[in-house]
Amino acid sequence: MKKLTQRIDRERLLLGIAAPLLAIVAALVVTALVILATGKNPGAAFSDMVTYGSASDSQVYILNKATTYYLAGVSVAIGFRMNLFNIGVDGQYRIAAFFAAVLGGALTTPGWISIPLIILCAMGTGAVWAAIAGVLKVTRGVSEVISTIMLNSIATAIIAFLLQPGKLAELQSGGTVVSTKPLPTSSYFFQIDTGAAGELWGFIVIAVLVGIAYWFVLGRTRFGFDLRTVGQSESAAAASGVSVKKMVATSMVISGAVAGLIGMPTLLNDSHQFSNDFPVGIGFTGIAIALLGRNHPVGIALGALLWGFLERTTNHLEFEGYDKEILGVIQGVIVLCVVIAYEIVRRYGLKRQQQRVGAELAAQAAAPTEKQEVAR
Amino acid sequence: MANKDIDITVRTGTVHALCGENGAGKSTLMKILYGMQQPDEGTITVGGETVTFNNPADAIARGIGMVHQHFMLADNLTVLENVVLGAEKLYGIGAKARTKITEISDAYGLNVRPDVLLEELGVADRQRVEILKVLYRGAKTLILDEPTAVLVPQEVEALFHNLRELKAEGLTVIFISHKLGEVLSVADEITVIRRGTTVGTVEPAGTTPKQLAELMVGSELPTPETEESTVTDVPLLTVDKLHLSQTDLDGVERIILDAISFTIHQGEVLGIAGVEGNGQSELVEAIMGIRDPEAGVITLGDTDISHAPTRHRREAGIGYIPEDRHRHGLLLEAPLWENRILGHVTERPNSHGQLLDIKGARADTGRIIEAYDVRTPGIDVTAASLSGGNQQKLIVGREMSHSPKLLIAAHPTRGVDVGAQAAIWDHIREARREGLAVLLISADLDELIGLSDTLRVMYRGRLVADADPATITPEELGSAMTGAATGHLEHTAATGPEHTEDDAR
Repeated sequence: MKKLTQRIDRERLLLGIAAPLLAIVAALVVTALVILATGKNPGAAFSDMVTYGSASDSQVYILNKATTYYLAGVSVAIGFRMNLFNIGVDGQYRIAAFFAAVLGGALTTPGWISIPLIILCAMGTGAVWAAIAGVLKVTRGVSEVISTIMLNSIATAIIAFLLQPGKLAELQSGGTVVSTKPLPTSSYFFQIDTGAAGELWGFIVIAVLVGIAYWFVLGRTRFGFDLRTVGQSESAAAASGVSVKKMVATSMVISGAVAGLIGMPTLLNDSHQFSNDFPVGIGFTGIAIALLGRNHPVGIALGALLWGFLERTTNHLEFEGYDKEILGVIQGVIVLCVVIAYEIVRRYGLKRQQQRVGAELAAQAAAPTEKQEVAR
Repeated sequence: MANKDIDITVRTGTVHALCGENGAGKSTLMKILYGMQQPDEGTITVGGETVTFNNPADAIARGIGMVHQHFMLADNLTVLENVVLGAEKLYGIGAKARTKITEISDAYGLNVRPDVLLEELGVADRQRVEILKVLYRGAKTLILDEPTAVLVPQEVEALFHNLRELKAEGLTVIFISHKLGEVLSVADEITVIRRGTTVGTVEPAGTTPKQLAELMVGSELPTPETEESTVTDVPLLTVDKLHLSQTDLDGVERIILDAISFTIHQGEVLGIAGVEGNGQSELVEAIMGIRDPEAGVITLGDTDISHAPTRHRREAGIGYIPEDRHRHGLLLEAPLWENRILGHVTERPNSHGQLLDIKGARADTGRIIEAYDVRTPGIDVTAASLSGGNQQKLIVGREMSHSPKLLIAAHPTRGVDVGAQAAIWDHIREARREGLAVLLISADLDELIGLSDTLRVMYRGRLVADADPATITPEELGSAMTGAATGHLEHTAATGPEHTEDDAR
């Protein structure tokens, strides 16, 4: 009996790894075909990506990028585990980073007070912005997909309005960049100096902590169990005593709070101000990464690293004479393949398990049945 | 679920019954015959010719049609439109189709009127429309999956009459059921399936329900009868003038529960009879706190729980065996031990404070599996991979493990094999002796009569009749379920429907 359980577990693990591998291999094949179609050599391109991507300065760059992407992935994954599609992560992190930057620029307190305040401000703003969609969903039944898309646009408009000289921003000395007041150096987050390879952002520590918290809360607490229950079956959750509406609103708020963290590595470790060239679209990257990582804390980390790697290396391909659009092609194909591969593997796994259970029970039943028949 | 070494021969022009415990593999076999699933090995031969069905269309082309347990009909279309839907090519959608429908209806005595809107039809009429739909598509062999589950005894008789007509016209019927009395009354031949294999084919003449049951399970047939009464005079659940209505899409207000009042005492089983869809599900949901009643008071012990959240009610000692275990009782893609936590996440052994006690929950899942004979290779398989009966045993085990004061059991033994049925009844009886109050809702009239201390009949959202389970017969109960009788039902020996062969009890 025990042996079978172990076998199923090992199989589940194998299946879990099979899907992303399948997707990435398929994506590589498609990409190779695309590069071939442009009349270039895909083999050379791939080998360039590997050599360049494994250089130590690339590694630091990839880790820094992955820190941001990881937070985005977790934020989206919280929604996914609830069966909520929080497309609004993008607007949530931008508006959160903006207000956090405004606050950070205005603070003159020592770093150990300022930094937590800035982070809390970002999380709070993100949470409030997401809560709007959550409240609309539970009170008026508005689809979170629609409302968060619209809230993204509203966030863009609000930031554009406030990010003007004389409002909450100022014109930088160069005369081309409008930004919030820069953070004092005391509010900079710590960095790890890796020598020639560059600075590794200290925020990676926070990202790891977020990942651990995500795993712990979902897997080990009553709250997490309720959340997963709603995600798996709303009707069963309601019958089991979970208030589905409260859960939807709460998880939306948590997703938004984590979204608020997305802009923090950039703000506290890199730009130290919110300007009109603050990175955009990371919320959507987060959707892809959460899908790729299967909403699993480690999976999301791998997805984030892969994304960072692809960005770093395809940038370099451009210098080697390849088209830079190849990045979009690879990313798009990976996401598409991942969604398909997961569904195929999930169905296969479910069917296979049913067969195994059936076979095992038939074998178990065979012995006593025969005895009975002999006795009669 | 697995099928192996299934041998079944169905002769033309007969009614062939297929019976077996649930989880025995009846549904799988039917899916294979209807092309919804492909066999790993073995052959199907139709009229001497070996065939392969890749999908239901192949099966229909060979004259095999299926009447599903859950009807696949559109309420807002007429009978004619429902019948031609998807088969427009056969006889068009106009006069020719209408003629054909009338022709079939007359030939087999189905009594179907083509121009009535489907929503005006009752369950029995809908079933006849389903049968006609299959015949219209040229089926010569009909598979009926548990057709009597939704019918009252009188309607069952009418259905059997139709089946005999079909047989007389040379059609073949494969009839799936686990109600032994029915099977014996309608079938020409009975094939019994046990644990995925055919164990034998018998003729109904010269076979008693008891023998058939023994063939099905290899053990004695259980009865749901309770022994001495354990009813006390301590009221546990009091429902007073409960009212619930719902506004449908057209803005019309529909009353679902109308002035429902009853009391269940400690140690009492209150049975509610009724054709499905007369408000039983909503009543259960109101007591569980899933629906909020507009008026009326629900009292558990001394506490008013009319508007309390579901979790409070569960913690206060209400156990719940839901009617639809897939939608309300299980997380199908989660492992068994997580399903053991479901609904009791705040209670031991599932959690300490805010944290889950995974070790405790897993250990207790193992205990439930042992104590309730849940047949599974382990606690890490998903709930979806268990058969229906084993899923139900897990749910019953889970709910009973928290020593409830009140158990709401909606169809507790539906789709459960005879052996497990007996075990579930025993568990309910045992807990009842210790003062458990039970609200029992069931479509199985024998179960209701056998297990209940008090019986009520629900019809269109009202409790219209009550009866003494000691004397009432299923037929008498059946007529109250159709609204034909109200008030206190007295058993009268001579006036019941004269023709009853349902003596499986």
